[in-house]
Amino acid sequence: MITFMNNSDSEEEPCNERTSLMSAESPPVPSYQDGLQASEAAEAQAHRKRRAGSSCGPNNIVAGERSGSSVPVREIALENEEEELTLKYGAKHVIMLFVPVTLCMIVVVATIKSVRFYTEKNGQLIYTPFSEDTPSVGQRLLNSVLNTIIMISVIIVMTVFLVLLYKYRCYKFIHGWLILSSLMLLFLFTYIYLGEVLKTYNVAMDYPTLFIVIWNFGAVGMICIHWKGPLQLQQAYLIMISALMALVFIKYLPEWSAWVILGAISIYDLMAVLCPKGPLRMLVETAQERNEPIFPALIYSSAMMWTVGMAKPDTAARGPSQQTWDAAEDGREHLQSPSHAESQMSERRSPVPSRPITSLEEFEEEERGVKLGLGDFIFYSVLVGKAAATASGDWNTTLACFVAILIGLCLTLLLLAVFKKALPALPISITFGLIFYFSTDNLVRPFMDTLASHQLYI
Amino acid sequence: PAFGLFLFTIARDPLRIIILIAGAFFWLVSLLLSSLIWFIAVKASDPQDERLQKGLLIFGVMFSVLLQEAFRFLYYKLLRKAIEGLVALSEDGCSPISIQQMAYVAGVGFGLMSGAFSMINLLADALGPGTVGIHGDSQLYFLTSAFMTMVLIFLHTFWGILFFHGCEHRRWWEIAAVVIMHLTVSGSSFCNPLYVGSLVPSYLLMAAAAVWAYLLSGGSAQNLRRFLLCKC
Repeated sequence: MITFMNNSDSEEEPCNERTSLMSAESPPVPSYQDGLQASEAAEAQAHRKRRAGSSCGPNNIVAGERSGSSVPVREIALENEEEELTLKYGAKHVIMLFVPVTLCMIVVVATIKSVRFYTEKNGQLIYTPFSEDTPSVGQRLLNSVLNTIIMISVIIVMTVFLVLLYKYRCYKFIHGWLILSSLMLLFLFTYIYLGEVLKTYNVAMDYPTLFIVIWNFGAVGMICIHWKGPLQLQQAYLIMISALMALVFIKYLPEWSAWVILGAISIYDLMAVLCPKGPLRMLVETAQERNEPIFPALIYSSAMMWTVGMAKPDTAARGPSQQTWDAAEDGREHLQSPSHAESQMSERRSPVPSRPITSLEEFEEEERGVKLGLGDFIFYSVLVGKAAATASGDWNTTLACFVAILIGLCLTLLLLAVFKKALPALPISITFGLIFYFSTDNLVRPFMDTLASHQLYI
Repeated sequence: PAFGLFLFTIARDPLRIIILIAGAFFWLVSLLLSSLIWFIAVKASDPQDERLQKGLLIFGVMFSVLLQEAFRFLYYKLLRKAIEGLVALSEDGCSPISIQQMAYVAGVGFGLMSGAFSMINLLADALGPGTVGIHGDSQLYFLTSAFMTMVLIFLHTFWGILFFHGCEHRRWWEIAAVVIMHLTVSGSSFCNPLYVGSLVPSYLLMAAAAVWAYLLSGGSAQNLRRFLLCKC
C-alpha cells in the first residue's frame, strides 16, 4: 500500500493539473459572470438577471439588436427590475451556493474524522518537495514557504497554459485533458476512497462487486459532468470530486505548507481575477467575447447552463428555440412575469410561435443561477478538513471555520451584486477561515475547555 | 429542540438562513474577543494561584456576557440597515422580512452557536468509552450539560426578541433586563455542580422570558387558548 501510494504521486500529476485548473477557475464570479453573459448573448434575450451582475452589459447589447424607440425605456425598466431582483433573490442564490459548499465540507470532515487513512502522512506530492520534518522552526518555515512558491508557480503555469489553449481555440486538447483528469479522479481516487472507507468499517467487499460499483459510478459521472445529465446529479458529482480532491490535498500536503498555500492562493486568486493582465480575467473576457460558457467540468453551477453547442449565436433564429429548449430543460418553478423587453422581443421575432413564449413565461427565471468554480470548493474543504484533522480543539475549531467560510461566501456574493463583475471567491472566505482557525485554536479553546471543566456557561 | 426550531421555522426561507449564519458569526466574534481578553489576563497572571485563576475565570465569563450583548446590539444595528435596504429594493415597498422575525432568527443564531460550542466537544467525547464522574464529579454531568445548553439556546432566542424590541421602541429598561438576565444565568452556573442552584433559576427565567417575548410579539392568552382549542 505504501509503494502504491508513492507511485500515485506521479499519477496525481494530471490530477494536480486539474486541480490547478480548478483552482485557476476558482473565481466563481468570473464563471458566473461569463456564464451569464454567454447565455444571455447566446439567447439574445433579456432575462431578468438573478444576479444582476451581468445585467447592464448584455442587456444593452441585446436591446441594441432590436430596433426601437422603446429601447431606452426598456433598458431603464430592466435595470430597475434587475436591481430589485438582485437583492430579493440574492438570498436564494446564496443558499444555492451554501448548500453544496456545506455538503462538500460535511463529506470531507466526516471522512477525516472517521477514516484514519487521510490523516496519516505517507509521503508528499512532488509539488511540495521540501519536507517539514526539520528540527528547527526557521527551517520548517523556510521549507513551507518554498513549497508554497513551487505550488503556486505550478498553478500559474497551468493557468496560463490553459488560457493560451483557450485563446488559440485548441478546444480538443482542453477537452481531452479535462476528460483525462476527471477520469482519473472518478475512477482512481474513488477506488482508493472506497477501499479506505470499507477498511475502516471492516466491511468485506469482493473485487467484482467493487468493479461494478466503481465502473457505474465513474461512467455515470463522466457522462453527467461532460455531457448532459440531470442537474442535481451533476451537482452531486461535482461535489463528490471536489471532496475527493480536497481529501487528497489534506493527506499529502504537509502542515505548515498547507496553511501558507491557502494564504498564498487566495492572494493569487485576488490578483489573477482583478488585474487586467491576470490569466483568469483574460479567460473570462475571452469566453465572454465568444459568448461561450466555460467548461462544465470546472464550474459548479446552481442552475442549468447548457447552451446548444458553442457556436456563434445566431440570435434571430436561435433565440426563441433556445428559450424554449432552455425553459424546458430548466423547468424552474418560479413564475415571474416577463419583463417588457422579453414580450416585445418575442413580438419582434415573427416566426416565433406563441406557445414557446408562454412556456417560457411560465417557467422563467431562476435558470440564471450562480456559478462557483470547483477550485473554491476544494480549497474551502481543505481548510475545514485541515481544521478538523489537526486542531486539538476539534469540533469547535471546525465549526468556527465553517461559519467563517460561509460568511465569507455571503460577503463575496454581496460584493458580486454590488460590483457586477467577476470576483474571486477565495480571498475573503479563506482570510476569515484562517483568522478564525488560528484564533479559535489558540485563544478560544483554552477558554472553552476551562469553562467546560467547571461547567460554567457564558 | 433547537434544531427542530431551525428546521421548521428557518430552513424554509433563504433570507432567514443568512441572518442565522450571520448571527452565529457575530456570537463567534464576541467569543473570540472575550477569550482573547481572558487569555491575556491569564498569561499575565500567576498560573499557580488557584483563587486568582478562578477569579479571572469569573471575570472572563462576565466580560464575555457583556461582549455578547454588545455584539447583539451591533447586529441589531446592522439588521436595521439591511432592512432599510431591503425595503428600498422591494417591489411593493415593504420588506420581505420583519424586524421581529429577524429578532427571532438572530436570537436563534446566537443560541445555536453558543449551544454548539458548549455541547459539541462533550458530545464527541460522549461517543467514546468512559465513565461519567469517575473522579468524584457529578454523575449527571452529561444530562445537566444538555439541559443547561438547551435552556441557554432558548434563552438566547427570547433575549433576541426582547432585545430587538427594546431597541426598536427605545425602552432601555428592556435591554437592561436582558443583560441582567444573562448575567444572572451565567452567574448561576457558578453554583455548579450544585445543580439545583443553576438549573432551576435558569428554567424559571426562561419561562419568564418566554412569556414576555410572547406577549411582546403580539400574542395573548386568548390567542393561546384559541390555538390550543382549534387544534384539539
